[in-house]
Amino acid sequence: MNERLEKIISDGTVLRTQNLSKQVSSPEGQLTILDDVTLQVTAGDSVALVGPSGAGKTTLLALLAGLDRPTTGRVWLCGEDLTAMDEDGRAEVRGRYVGFVFQSFHLVPSLTALENVMLPLELTGASGATEQAREALVSVGLERRTTHYPKQLSGGEKQRVAIARAFVTEPAILFADEPTGNLDTASGERVADLLFRLNKQSNTTLVLVTHDRDLARRCDRVIELDTGRMLP
Amino acid sequence: MSSWRFAVKSLLRDLRAGELSVLLVAIIIAVTAMTAVGFFTDRVGRAIKLQAGAVLAGDVVVRAPAPLKPSFIDAARALGIDTAESLSFLTMVLPANTDNEGNTLSQITAVSEGYPLRGEFLVAKVMFGEVESAAGIPASGTGWAAPGLLGRMNLKIGDRVRIGEAELTISHVLEYQPNQMSGGMAGMAPGLLVNLGDVPSFNVIRPGSRATYREFFAGPEARIAAFRNTLEAEAGEGARVVGLEEAGAQINTAIDRAQRFLTLASLVTVILAAVATAMASRRYALRHLDTIALLKSVGATQSFVLNSTLSQLLLVIIGTATSGSLLGYFAQEVLVALAPGVLNIALPQTSWQAGSLGLLTAATITVGFALPHLLMLKNTAPIRVLRRDMPPPQLSSGITYGIAIGMLLAMVFMIVRDLKLVVYIFGGVATVAVLSFIAGWILVRSLTGFRGAAGVAWRYGLANISRRGTESIVQIVAFALSINVLLLLTIVRSDILEEWKASLPEDAPNYFLVNIDPEQWPQMRTFFNDELGAVPEYLPFIRGKIVRISGTPIDDYKFPNEGGRFFTGQETNFTWQATLPDTNRITAGQWWGEDYVGEPQASLDERIAERLGVGVGDSLGLNVGGEELEVPITSLRAIEWDSMRPNFYLMLSPGEVQQLPQTIIAAVFVPPDRRLVLNQFVRAFPGVTVFDLEVIMGQVRMVIERASLSVQYVFLFTLLSGVIVLLAAVQATRDERRFESALLHTLGARRSKILQGIAVEFTALGCLAGGLAAFGAMAIGWVLAEQVFQLDYTLNPYLWLIGLILGSVVVGVTGTWATRKAVTEPPVAVLREA
Repeated sequence: MNERLEKIISDGTVLRTQNLSKQVSSPEGQLTILDDVTLQVTAGDSVALVGPSGAGKTTLLALLAGLDRPTTGRVWLCGEDLTAMDEDGRAEVRGRYVGFVFQSFHLVPSLTALENVMLPLELTGASGATEQAREALVSVGLERRTTHYPKQLSGGEKQRVAIARAFVTEPAILFADEPTGNLDTASGERVADLLFRLNKQSNTTLVLVTHDRDLARRCDRVIELDTGRMLP
Repeated sequence: MSSWRFAVKSLLRDLRAGELSVLLVAIIIAVTAMTAVGFFTDRVGRAIKLQAGAVLAGDVVVRAPAPLKPSFIDAARALGIDTAESLSFLTMVLPANTDNEGNTLSQITAVSEGYPLRGEFLVAKVMFGEVESAAGIPASGTGWAAPGLLGRMNLKIGDRVRIGEAELTISHVLEYQPNQMSGGMAGMAPGLLVNLGDVPSFNVIRPGSRATYREFFAGPEARIAAFRNTLEAEAGEGARVVGLEEAGAQINTAIDRAQRFLTLASLVTVILAAVATAMASRRYALRHLDTIALLKSVGATQSFVLNSTLSQLLLVIIGTATSGSLLGYFAQEVLVALAPGVLNIALPQTSWQAGSLGLLTAATITVGFALPHLLMLKNTAPIRVLRRDMPPPQLSSGITYGIAIGMLLAMVFMIVRDLKLVVYIFGGVATVAVLSFIAGWILVRSLTGFRGAAGVAWRYGLANISRRGTESIVQIVAFALSINVLLLLTIVRSDILEEWKASLPEDAPNYFLVNIDPEQWPQMRTFFNDELGAVPEYLPFIRGKIVRISGTPIDDYKFPNEGGRFFTGQETNFTWQATLPDTNRITAGQWWGEDYVGEPQASLDERIAERLGVGVGDSLGLNVGGEELEVPITSLRAIEWDSMRPNFYLMLSPGEVQQLPQTIIAAVFVPPDRRLVLNQFVRAFPGVTVFDLEVIMGQVRMVIERASLSVQYVFLFTLLSGVIVLLAAVQATRDERRFESALLHTLGARRSKILQGIAVEFTALGCLAGGLAAFGAMAIGWVLAEQVFQLDYTLNPYLWLIGLILGSVVVGVTGTWATRKAVTEPPVAVLREA
């Protein structure tokens, strides 16, 4: 975590919400999918969001990462008020502080593993993108897969590429949506190990959504949701 | 990284991955087609125009009451432009031998060495005998006499005649000379062609003599164009500059139609390419939603996405314009190389102006039809990375396509400059699109009952049509459009071309007879009836001058252009008729009824009306042999000059006009092997002047033949773009089909069954699209023939059947073939990608 960020979050809080709610329209009228969530995450922590399907986990993750806007309430990410920003402002904040790992990997099929990892670096205009991406792939054990396309990789390998891509920009906070959800037990464990190792190594805050109780248990903190509400 | 660099990188990656193939191919084909057609029509069009020079005797002619200043001739020669001159005047020709008959007022044309610069003289040994091309011009001391003069003076080759103070020997019968109609054929005295060097010895031309000087210029097109501008600006008062476009109404009408045919093909190519581009870029955008969402999730702003999209588009435009134009150029060279025999025409060099069409086409199609879909990407919600089922951002298709079609219309109009053709084609295509959309919607709704039915292949296939809903409707529209164009360009096109050829049948009149005394007409009719078993068509013929326009004396009238002043500066030929000739069409106002007897009314050729700056409601003051009459213009006409029938710019209603002094003009078909009949005719009726139309008819027939052939070649590109639309339409559902097939296959469905289902689906879509396309093609064909080409069109009764079969087979086979890979791929590979 860089010095600038440390200044911004001098109290150690990397993520904070206040009375966060999300409502959507449905044929039956307004539907509340997230209801009055207030939370705080300290830098370097790992947090699991758990709960049954439809509990609002992914919605909360989207709001925390600024991928969506709440109906009411506010979100501060690394000291910046996401709710006061437009989409481009939120994108810039994500570019500076955020990394993502998704259940369905979201690798660009037309790019090689190396190019997929280079993508966020190229966006920020960082120099030496190729070298950094190569190192990131080495750190996830995929140095022999750099020129492979996603369709030539196994599920576990794809997720490791996605993790390399997420960590290559050294984000302050990493959001992971069911990172092991599409993987078999062995691959899932390997991916989880990797996530936590990198979390510790780079002092990255980890916020993950999971159904996997074992994975949740490895986190410093577990937040449980049900029907949109945070359980005490 | 700058959005520009990112754009370049990701474009290269997309290219490598084949993501852009269909999109690029669609645009490149459009550009290739447009430039190939552009290059080709440009060259053929210019070549055909050059042929028109043969009618005019040069590329540009200056006609004036005094000789042109020598400085112009020096300037032209310095530019490498050939020049020649002629001098025409009326004078008495006297027989040198008293055995010959009396003095005859003749039209003498004296020409300089090198004349004609374009075209040739046709001469014969005896009147209406076998003709041959003449080498050079009459030698000094000799003259080439038109049959009329020989007949009237009872002369033969070798006889001597006197003009003024000199004597000449008749050495040839002059059967045809270029520029013969330039002074208005009618009332023209029988002609004698002499050497310009002999004129001073006649001693008949004095200051103030009525003589017409013509200076002819011919040379490379660009130099002629530049030189013509100088001439027009500086030739002086009373001089009139005439170019190829005024070579003759007959050949120009034919060239107009030829160009319409050629532009029709290129126009349709562009529309199809636009449809293909829209479909391909829609698919590209949909396939890239996830990538854009991902980029946004890791920090890409809307402006970054927008800039990089725009940069990519710019690269696409430059790339497609360059490669398409080069391909178009080579394709056109191949066309020319393949067709030297059939085209049999020396094509001028390629004009690079036509090449700029490539850039314009690529830009218009890309910006109009690809950009909206790609711009949609910038609005991709980043949350899509978590919720893939998020609907894609909506394109307000009404506005988007409205703007795109507007741009396309503007571009096409800029190129074609024929609003009517553009409106009919776009209107026709839009109608077919709307009707097929409605029909597609009805089909989708009516097949709803099949939904979920996956048992039997055909039920599965039909159910798919309904299941895919919007995609099926879009496919029906695209299939219908491409089949519509295929039908239009194959069957309807050849039907229209046949009608065109038939409009100038082999037995069309090939001689005009003018200066016929109405009292002699019954005898002439009997003559032709006895000799040829044919009665010539005839019309009354009156000569007069327009002296007032809407009450304003001509000298005070403000003409919109010089053409109008020139038209009224000389005597005008006109006729009266009760019935509108079938080669004329009313374009404004109303034709007087067949039984109309009343105050005289006038009907004017629409082009002349434009030159005079008049319309329905204005009036013309005419002076016929001292008698004056005022006639209101009650209608304007478009005339099919290439029909080669006697036609008049000005027609009057019967009645009072019949009392005016008049002669008769007749048109007759004389079979080539019976030409000598005319010899007897001229001797029996020496007062009549005979005009040979064979040469000009040959020109018109040549234009028709060459235009037909060129259209066949140009059509290949249109066909190609039709195929690309088909492929783009098939591609549109390919991803979905891959996944579905893999899933069904995993669930136990046999490959053959899945493939049969797909075949049924495409065949059904194609059958409906083909039927709709056939009716569309019939309607558009009819409108084009009647309204744009002014040809009678007979509906082809088998068209609908051909449409149904063509649609079912082509779409069924293409669709199934293009999708077969989706079915044969191992399902695990497909499902792993998901």
